[in-house]
Amino acid sequence: MSTVVYTAHDGVVTSIDGRPGDSIMETAVRNGVRGIVGECGGSLSCATCHVFVASETFELVGGPGDLEDEMLDGTAVDRQHNSRLSCQIKLQDGCEYHVTMPSEQV
Amino acid sequence: MQGTLIVGACQAGVQIAATMRDLGDCDPIVIVGEESHRPYQRPPLSKGWLKGELEPDDVVLRTRQWFDERGITLVSGDRVVTIGREPDGSGVAQTLGGRSIPFARLALATGASVRRLPLPGTDYRGVHYLRDADDAIALGPALAEERVQRVVVIGGGFIGLEAASAARQLGKDVTVVEGTDRLIGRAVSEQTSAFYLDAHRRRGTRVVLGARITGIVGEDASAAGRRGSVEGVELADGTVLPADLVVIGVGVVPRVELAVQLGLEVNGGIVVDERCLASDGRTVAAGDCTIMPNPYPLGRGEPVRIESVNNALEQAKVAAATLLGQEASYATVPWFWSDQADLKLQIAGLSTGFDDVVVRGSAEAEKFTVLYYREGRLIAADCVNQPAEFLQIKQALAKGRTIPPEAAADTSVPLKQSIVDAAVPVAT
Repeated sequence: MSTVVYTAHDGVVTSIDGRPGDSIMETAVRNGVRGIVGECGGSLSCATCHVFVASETFELVGGPGDLEDEMLDGTAVDRQHNSRLSCQIKLQDGCEYHVTMPSEQV
Repeated sequence: MQGTLIVGACQAGVQIAATMRDLGDCDPIVIVGEESHRPYQRPPLSKGWLKGELEPDDVVLRTRQWFDERGITLVSGDRVVTIGREPDGSGVAQTLGGRSIPFARLALATGASVRRLPLPGTDYRGVHYLRDADDAIALGPALAEERVQRVVVIGGGFIGLEAASAARQLGKDVTVVEGTDRLIGRAVSEQTSAFYLDAHRRRGTRVVLGARITGIVGEDASAAGRRGSVEGVELADGTVLPADLVVIGVGVVPRVELAVQLGLEVNGGIVVDERCLASDGRTVAAGDCTIMPNPYPLGRGEPVRIESVNNALEQAKVAAATLLGQEASYATVPWFWSDQADLKLQIAGLSTGFDDVVVRGSAEAEKFTVLYYREGRLIAADCVNQPAEFLQIKQALAKGRTIPPEAAADTSVPLKQSIVDAAVPVAT
């Protein structure tokens, strides 16, 4: 089991127990967490699953890959140093993740 | 009364239910889907799925808990066959499985079914279509079989080329047979088509354009009347392209049977207005089954039918609001994507009616953008391995902005810096 703590732009916090191997995007969408869209289903095509990653989570997951890095230049809300596309962060068993959503995804 | 019936447990169907709950609707919602699977995403079926990278749980749209928590009843593996309607719009649907489902509101998200090839031999073993999860569940392992070496793909559109790419990546000998004179002709310009032709050939896929197929050939039917295995695809000039497996990807046909039965206007899809209302003024419809006023502010006037996830989701949101009596009108920048081998194609906007094209970047380097213009204004773009430019263009189009053609061609300046307000307002 893994846990993802999502903080929406309006401050609402949702904690979801996720399946290891699923992404943070999939875990949000399948459980109805708002603020993450994921239109393309995780194929790195839409950049609508942008999140800001808490510092301890960032240490766990690291920075974006090359293609993801390029896509972060086109997100609806400008990227910050801790931006990631949540479809690219796969949950590891026993880990807890903290992410905050931007005000817009599209 | 008794709540909402949504016919079709697909992206659009699930999104209608999700948005209705988001908008505060508390009445019962029943979604009926004829497939036995939980609602799932289709795009991966022709991509990662065929390469063996995904499992069924990887493509589900929502957890069971999601449906339970929202009081949304999901009926899978059953099919609505008749719908009786009262003058007030309420009614009762009957399913093949014998269910009677009363409703006060009705939404059709019936989708599309695969277009069958009206030629002899499509019932040989080893001939596959690719639309539903069951198709992918059958095709995935078949494609991976050792004895399957020669694969012929009929149809050079997105599905055909994605399937061909997956087969090629699995080391198969692949031939794509397309009836028209270019690939993906329905969706992209000649420049992009020509690039994909070269790119697939470079990767070892044979492509036959302008092909007339006369039939699929196979070993003789056995005494028991059962079809044997496929052996090849026969062309009009008598050539037979040998095949151990054939994939047919020649498009889809909107599912309109229920709409016809309800007396709704149907014309190449269920006709809906910008509120997603069908011709009776009370049934809503969304997704692949609908034909609608062009929702793209920069699009041309004719009604369009758009097959995409983006359209299914956005139309569904409007349909949900309309069902609840709220004001909503469908407008969007349509977008599409296709992953073929290591080529990421992303399309923003609809290019219909373009009068000028600018190619930015290098087709040789397989990293470029084709920008479409009408009367000097940017209306759409095909982006190949240019995800950042795609996103920037999509946002520019959504905000009514443009990129002057001469600036677009100049790769020494980042595209983002060349985006300007359009001189003329959006003309519809």
